[in-house]
Amino acid sequence: MEIKMHTRGLDFFYGDFQALYNISIDFGINRVTALIGPSGCGKSTYLRCLNRMNDLIPGIKVAGEVKLDDSEIYDPSLDVVTLRRRVGMVFQKPNPFPKSIFENIAYGLRVNGVKDKSKITQVVEKSLKQAAIWDEVKDRLNESALGLSGGQQQRLCIARALAVDPEVLLMDEPASALDPIATQKIEELITELSSKLTIIIVTHNMQQAARVSDRTAFFYMGKLIEVNDTDTLFTKPDLKQTEDYITGRFG
Amino acid sequence: MIKQRLFAQKVNFSLLKIAAWINGAALAIIVYFILSRGWRAISWEFLTKPPTDSMTAGGILPCIVGTFLLCLVTILIALPIGVASAIYLNEYAVQGRLVRLIRLGINNLAGVPSIVFGLFGLAFFCIVLKMGVSALAGGLTLGIMTLPVIIGASEEALKSVPQTYREASLAMGATQWQTIYKVVLPAAFPGIITGSILGLSRAAGETAPIMYTGAVFFTPDLPGSIFDEVMALPYHIYVLATAGTEIEQTRHLQYGTALVLIALVFGMNLTAIILRSRLRKKVRT
Repeated sequence: MEIKMHTRGLDFFYGDFQALYNISIDFGINRVTALIGPSGCGKSTYLRCLNRMNDLIPGIKVAGEVKLDDSEIYDPSLDVVTLRRRVGMVFQKPNPFPKSIFENIAYGLRVNGVKDKSKITQVVEKSLKQAAIWDEVKDRLNESALGLSGGQQQRLCIARALAVDPEVLLMDEPASALDPIATQKIEELITELSSKLTIIIVTHNMQQAARVSDRTAFFYMGKLIEVNDTDTLFTKPDLKQTEDYITGRFG
Repeated sequence: MIKQRLFAQKVNFSLLKIAAWINGAALAIIVYFILSRGWRAISWEFLTKPPTDSMTAGGILPCIVGTFLLCLVTILIALPIGVASAIYLNEYAVQGRLVRLIRLGINNLAGVPSIVFGLFGLAFFCIVLKMGVSALAGGLTLGIMTLPVIIGASEEALKSVPQTYREASLAMGATQWQTIYKVVLPAAFPGIITGSILGLSRAAGETAPIMYTGAVFFTPDLPGSIFDEVMALPYHIYVLATAGTEIEQTRHLQYGTALVLIALVFGMNLTAIILRSRLRKKVRT
């Protein structure tokens, strides 16, 4: 398996509170990796270490190694703006900007310095198609994105993230605020996108992890308990603790 | 037992209701008082002519123009500085001792009595900066007085912008400045503009800060520029009511001027409310 991104011995602190202990995971290129575990286990915190979104919180401390290809992302010489363009993110609740559908997608291009109008139009269409929402919005591109349904908004947010052509896509419980049909669409989309992108998804829905991911990592109390191919982890877990969690005995 | 509790509830709710009604009643009484005494003074001539006969007759045009000019300077100085400060404090500054100190300064600035602003304006703008008594010096003084209001309103507006907007923008490789400029500010704009107009309408009615710095007793000519001294509505009321030649005889002019001032202030507040609801609709739907 070719590795796109990895962490080695990652520790993370909110002030004096240690939220992550010694986490080492490899993320295969164009694979889907699911992070599962009970609420508060640190899986979202871990995800936010990967695009340095935690930098926004005062008083945090990161130790260990986080590499994208061959570069350490916490290296002071690394530009966090470029990192975030390469490692995109989709959030738990759909969060389109209060702008038109078109402008939501065009935003990422504009902030990255693309001025050519025809190029922007072209990328907007391509991104919306990639996110499987083009047919639903192509006649209303200039209407506000806030008029879309929750499921459509989330696919719009995925399209928005895709527009800047990221290499890795982080998804923080992207379907937890959606109904089952919208969830299914997001899951199909994840599978489709994984042919071109490395995807890391946090979910507390174990069926979802089983359906969409190639590999699964189980977190508990800030520690990585087990990481393995999804099929193996869900059928023959190495540890009793993992088995207890996936069979619903706790968590 | 239940009857007693329900009775207690009824009594307490009535008290709350009365407290709320007192606000409305106070406003209604003020408006009625001024309207009933001032409406007779209002005429086309009153609004378009300067005072005549040692200010016992004629109109108040120079006061209206002067107040507008003061407001213009006020908003031009207070809005950019206020919004910039709010952005710095809320979006960028590392929350620590320095920021706490700046906030303390702003809160105290808000508590400084208006007459002290007037004296400061006289000493600093009029004398040290050699602006003399002018709309510029008066407007600057009012501007500094209005700053805390605009900073407060802008910070509230910025705080109400969901954090997820900022995260979404940053996650796409936008810089912090692009995020502020292209996402946060447009979303906060309705709140900022409303708060600023409300602050300005408060400043428009102030007398003490301008009585040494911008406003004069009487000037027959309209101001030619912001470097001229001006007459102003609130100061004109003060002058007519306390220092005029014929205080009793000019009562209707005093109330008429008060009516114009109140109409101006209400007009600004109404504009703020309408603007807010319009902009919100535009942003939200």
